[in-house]
Amino acid sequence: MESIYLLIPISILLVIFIAAIFWWSVRSGQFDDLEGPGFRILMDDDERPPPPVDSAPKNNSENI
Amino acid sequence: MSGTQTTYNDKVVRQFAVMTVIWGIVGMLVGVIIAAQLVWPELNIGWLHFGRLRPLHTNAVIFAFGGCALFATSYWCVQRTGHTRLWGGPLIPFTFWGWQIVILLAAVSLPLGITTGKEYAELEWPIDILITLVWVSYGLVFFGTIAKRTVSHIYVANWFFGAMIVAVALLHLVNSCEVPVGFLRSYSCYAGVQDAMIQWWYGHNAVGFFLTAGFLGMMYYFVPKQAGRPVYSYRLSVVHFWALIFTYMWAGPHHLHYTALPDWTQSVGMIFSLILLAPSWGGMINGIMTLSGAWHKLRDDPILKFLITSLSFYGMSTFEGPMMSIKTVNALSHYTDWTVGHVHSGALGWVAMVSIGSMYYLLPRLFGKAEMFSTKLITVHFWIATIGTVLYIAATWISGVMQGLMWRAVNTDGTLAYSFVESVKGSYPFWAIRWLGGVLFLTGMLIMAYNMFKTMAGGNTKDVPVVAAVAHHA
Repeated sequence: MESIYLLIPISILLVIFIAAIFWWSVRSGQFDDLEGPGFRILMDDDERPPPPVDSAPKNNSENI
Repeated sequence: MSGTQTTYNDKVVRQFAVMTVIWGIVGMLVGVIIAAQLVWPELNIGWLHFGRLRPLHTNAVIFAFGGCALFATSYWCVQRTGHTRLWGGPLIPFTFWGWQIVILLAAVSLPLGITTGKEYAELEWPIDILITLVWVSYGLVFFGTIAKRTVSHIYVANWFFGAMIVAVALLHLVNSCEVPVGFLRSYSCYAGVQDAMIQWWYGHNAVGFFLTAGFLGMMYYFVPKQAGRPVYSYRLSVVHFWALIFTYMWAGPHHLHYTALPDWTQSVGMIFSLILLAPSWGGMINGIMTLSGAWHKLRDDPILKFLITSLSFYGMSTFEGPMMSIKTVNALSHYTDWTVGHVHSGALGWVAMVSIGSMYYLLPRLFGKAEMFSTKLITVHFWIATIGTVLYIAATWISGVMQGLMWRAVNTDGTLAYSFVESVKGSYPFWAIRWLGGVLFLTGMLIMAYNMFKTMAGGNTKDVPVVAAVAHHA
């Protein structure tokens, strides 16, 4: 089973890599706020303004 | 809410979004043709027989349709949630044109029989090199954009897209290790069961990262945006991400039950596959419960119907998958149509529907319209696609279980009760239903294309300014 000698080291290296990223993300405060980011993508008013001919704005009211 | 002078790069998103629909039609048309070839064998003509067209179908729907959808949605999401323009200059158009050339080369080389014979990695080494270049550019553009974001938090969808990009690069490099023996021919670096193990380590993780992690990224951005509500639990989405990433890599051996692969490796694969049920369902529930308290929105929003139905199919197929990885179940299901049905419940129900929903969200915004040309046609598309998917998977479930039972049936004297061809004969009616399901799904895509071109007509494709991040209230 030589393929195992390749796949297991790759998996271990990968887990170390993932763990390092995880460590960095926790330390740098990525997960300090686990509620706000969900709301924030909705607060960003990134709807493209509809062209002037069209007078029906779409769900912009909830996004302000 | 005034933005800065920089604009979003929506051109590349627009290109990928339109090609998602085009390649979806092409890939599904080839699927319908090969489904017809099973029912009417006389349709197998010359280069266009089942064996040549089947890899073309899988490559077209996974890498052309699914790939373009991933590029489009990840480029949109990373710019919007990072409040910045895409980084990368000429690398950005290169990812688009390079990917389209890969697809065209696949469409030419596969019917000519130029193949490595590795499932979902059939393309020969010169194309593999081009894929690597495009993919590395994609990674540079995506992570470069993450690096220059103007908000500190990286939204969870980007974590999923990022993991998909890194994992697919690794899988492609390891599995496509091959020794060229000419311009259009190569041999794998691995041999025998080693090769099979590497291949299915690749194969299942391609499902796990390309077709799951990437599309979960899509789900975590477009379901909340379309519903106008935050994801049910942001906390759960973060747990979902790390749980999935840490446990996915070892499910591959379940493709090799009862083969020359050592028994313990098979068992490890089965156990990891069973573990995967937990993060998968966590994510599915998180997505569906986003509508909690606003279920009425499903009644008249067909885009939400697509997105939420896709999550239901995701839940179904991620329950079915671990069950099928159990060795005793696999003894019945393996090599039968059941596997094909399982794949399509994920492919049509989950991957295609979440992509279609996301495209319906993106297309009007990409062309300066308030909404799609016809909302009614989206509803029609939704119902046709759902009926098509249900017909397809129900037919292949029935024929799959029937085949498995016929193949294992023995007489009292130990001889086989049925010859193989009897199971083929018994499968015909179900293959006809499956073909019909495919025709319906393809019809839905054609309706989508009509709706898309009508929406594009007279569209405004001027770049929009980057929106400044809202003040931090934490």
